[in-house]
Amino acid sequence: MTTTSGSAAAEFSRRQHSPLQRLQHVLHARPWLSPLFLLFVAFVSFFIATPTFLTPGSMGILLQQTAVVAALAVGQTLIVLTAGIDLSVGAVMVLSMMVMASLAEDGGMPGILALLIGVGLATLAGFVNALLVTRINLPPFIVTLGSLSIFTAIALLYSGGASIQASHLPRLLNVLGEGFGIGAFRLTWGIVVVVLIYAVMAFVLSQTAWGRYVYAVGDDAESARLSGVPSRRILLGVYTVAGLIYGLAAWILIGRAGAATPNAIPDANLASITAVVIGGTSLFGGRGRLIGTLIGALIVQTFAFGLSQLGVDQQWRVLATGVLVIVAVAIDQWIRKVKA
Amino acid sequence: MQLCQRPPRPSARRIVASAGIVGLALTAAACNRGSASDSGSGGEAAVGVTLITKDSTNPFFVAMQNGAKQDATTQNVTLTVASGKQEGDDQGQITAIEDAIARGDKGILITPMSTGVNAAMKQARDAGLYVIALDTPPDPPDTVDITFATDNREAGKLDGQWAAATLDGEPAVIALLDLFDDKIVSVDYDRDQGFLEGMGIDVADPTKNGDEATSGSYSGGDYTIVCNEASNGAEDGGRTAMERCLAKNPDINLVYTINEPAAVGASAALEAAGKDALIVSVDGGCAGVDSVRSGVIGATAQQYPLKMATLGMEAIAKIARGGEKPKPTEGLDFFNTGVALVTDEPVDGVDSIDSAEGAELCWGN
Amino acid sequence: MSRTEPLPLALEAIPEERRGIYDADPVLSARDLVITFGRVVGLDGVSVDLYKGEVLAVIGDNGAGKSTLIKCLTGAYLPDSGRIELEGRRVAFRRPQDARDAGIETVYQQLAVIPALDIASNLYLGREDRRKGLLGSVFRMLDKKGMEQRASRSVQDLGIQTIQNMGQAVETLSGGQRQAVAVARAAAFGSKVVVLDEPTAALGVKESGMVLDMVEQLRDNGLAVILISHNMPHVWEVADRIHIQRLGGCAGVVTPRSHEMGDGVAIMTGATTLESA
Repeated sequence: MTTTSGSAAAEFSRRQHSPLQRLQHVLHARPWLSPLFLLFVAFVSFFIATPTFLTPGSMGILLQQTAVVAALAVGQTLIVLTAGIDLSVGAVMVLSMMVMASLAEDGGMPGILALLIGVGLATLAGFVNALLVTRINLPPFIVTLGSLSIFTAIALLYSGGASIQASHLPRLLNVLGEGFGIGAFRLTWGIVVVVLIYAVMAFVLSQTAWGRYVYAVGDDAESARLSGVPSRRILLGVYTVAGLIYGLAAWILIGRAGAATPNAIPDANLASITAVVIGGTSLFGGRGRLIGTLIGALIVQTFAFGLSQLGVDQQWRVLATGVLVIVAVAIDQWIRKVKA
Repeated sequence: MQLCQRPPRPSARRIVASAGIVGLALTAAACNRGSASDSGSGGEAAVGVTLITKDSTNPFFVAMQNGAKQDATTQNVTLTVASGKQEGDDQGQITAIEDAIARGDKGILITPMSTGVNAAMKQARDAGLYVIALDTPPDPPDTVDITFATDNREAGKLDGQWAAATLDGEPAVIALLDLFDDKIVSVDYDRDQGFLEGMGIDVADPTKNGDEATSGSYSGGDYTIVCNEASNGAEDGGRTAMERCLAKNPDINLVYTINEPAAVGASAALEAAGKDALIVSVDGGCAGVDSVRSGVIGATAQQYPLKMATLGMEAIAKIARGGEKPKPTEGLDFFNTGVALVTDEPVDGVDSIDSAEGAELCWGN
Repeated sequence: MSRTEPLPLALEAIPEERRGIYDADPVLSARDLVITFGRVVGLDGVSVDLYKGEVLAVIGDNGAGKSTLIKCLTGAYLPDSGRIELEGRRVAFRRPQDARDAGIETVYQQLAVIPALDIASNLYLGREDRRKGLLGSVFRMLDKKGMEQRASRSVQDLGIQTIQNMGQAVETLSGGQRQAVAVARAAAFGSKVVVLDEPTAALGVKESGMVLDMVEQLRDNGLAVILISHNMPHVWEVADRIHIQRLGGCAGVVTPRSHEMGDGVAIMTGATTLESA
């Protein structure tokens, strides 16, 4: 049997491709390699440019800052893999966060119960999106554009626009902001949760039939259906699981912000989509890996953090993120034109 | 309001699901209406007034809306509350202005988003509405009839003066946690630059954040500015911004924050890093005053959003019933609704009130 | 239960060495299938028998009802009347999955392969094997290695030499190779009947030859094959019998030995009838 990836590469090279074509093939098989390279370049550049970047303390903080968006981006990746898009990411998270916090505020409800209700509500929100996508056959963009407004409005009505400080909340809701570490390098339990989410979902996507169906539905829904893939059930599952993950992200965010606030991460939607796209997942569905999304989320934060350490004017950092997105999509398009 | 507080109920059936969503939207719309929207039945005709804030999420604006709603009944005003969807949503405000004109309101109270809404405000004035800007003066100020505002620059100055006096000659290592990095708004630079002016630091262009010399001397000694970071005026943003500043220079001993949520985030970052620094802020919401009491924030400049909306509404009602028009506060191009520094560690030469008094006057919950 | 009588066969038109196929009972029988779409008659009482080990070609002009016939046999349409028997047992397919479960596999013209997935994943799409033990039952882990090995065997069984690496993404394959993957999938799962819809339509000469070899291989492996094609030379090359559809009905069944290609086309177009030809 010649099924290892090594022999695949060997086969490609046998066919006498130019170096550029070979690179295209390698990237086609492993689309997360280009963002990984970019991350590496960014690290080296910032390491050379500023002494405060590659320190244990800074690295710990970089991870803490990446955690919430990285978690949201897992849900976003699942949905983008099915050729959908979720614009309600931030809204679902904020709704979940405000509900769990206000239920538990000043001992109103045991922390565990509030947490379960909050995460359950986020799961439910994902399920509502799923029903609209699968039953009424509305495009995901439209569904989540609508639910973005609906969930945001409910969160605001519910919370009255006011934030709830950590001191009014039970420890369970804040615990993910607590941490551990060696010297200045500090990690939070929130980061641990994010790593677990990635590990579980990466396993599910790569090792189970469900994961394969996610790719199949995203790549060619009609062929998947003809092949006996239960497309609707898969989509239903994808949006619901994404909602669950947003609920967990809400929990992580309370710990990080030290408060539940309706204004949290105003750019959560775009930030999560940016991480997914930079990570090499195709917006056309069916292609991409979770590891790429993690790298993508890290790249965005690395640039923001590194440029801030350099003292670069804030607007230039926004510009840098924009350039990254366009480069990432251009690379994706180029990779997809691969020929045998 | 009980209905508004319920999360959406799920349903496996699509008709029920969609009906539920329509229902929620209707509920939301119903809840958005001010309790005072039904007009009074007294002898005088009710006066239509529209209050347009930047958004409906910031506690500052929420308090402003609530205060106005409460006062509307006593003034016999039919109040309509509107806002942009978020900071930067000019179009949302323009639509609200056009709606007010169409409704035949007598006046508009608005916290103008940017110069993007100038044309619409002028259109309203041409249509005979009395337009009062709240909180933020438009650019140019004469776009509206008058501005009712707290003086953001003055608020920043009070913070700066208090910080300079508290440091008392010690070298100041300063972190500036501003509002935005993706747009430029006047409240952002007025507070930031006012703070630096209060410290006695040369601000170069007074309408541009971050163009100051990174080191030099303030009124009491030497200073270093470590960073200008955007906080988005929220806890998580404040924390991220403070972490970046601390990574650059762990010796920061003075933190200016655009508002109190950002200050809370900054405090969390300092605590996580095992550092201590003087934090000053602006707004004076009740949560913020509580942070002053507990020592998280050293001093905050308290503003009075309820007063702005209430005074503005009174003014419009008065004009509509043939009364006088309000005049700007002397020396300013707007009607100053006041600012007071709240701190439990007063210093000589800076007027202040303590947190107990601040709690009496504060807004929000 | 009384079995449907097989339709009469003209055995003399079949080469002697292949007549043995028709000693057994038909694997698939359809009788008097009628389906209408509003006022349009799709099928007007069509009957057909299919035997194990034969290639039955279905030809006909556009609109003659050949794809309607196939859709009735593969569960895409439910006929208004008539009956279908698979191995002597009456069946009623309400959706393609029913036909598939019963052992009737269809290779659609658009192939229904997922370009981004590799060959093995495509072969097993919708019926993956899981690992043994806890890894499979609790963690739902796929038996990737086993599936790759079995996939490789399925492809080799079809005599395809050009595909070596089961981990290759399907989008990197040529058109003929993709067709091979789709056919291998249809043949791999204990199926009894394989339906091929225009398998050579988009292919060049060399690749068409490869696909036709594959069709013969399927037949020799003991499957019953239905081949729908517009390409008369291909039909006359591989078919044992040729079912000619015309105007919603069956205009007759011929064999490459009994009729020339030109006769077949003439019957198909109505220029002549089976009796006079």
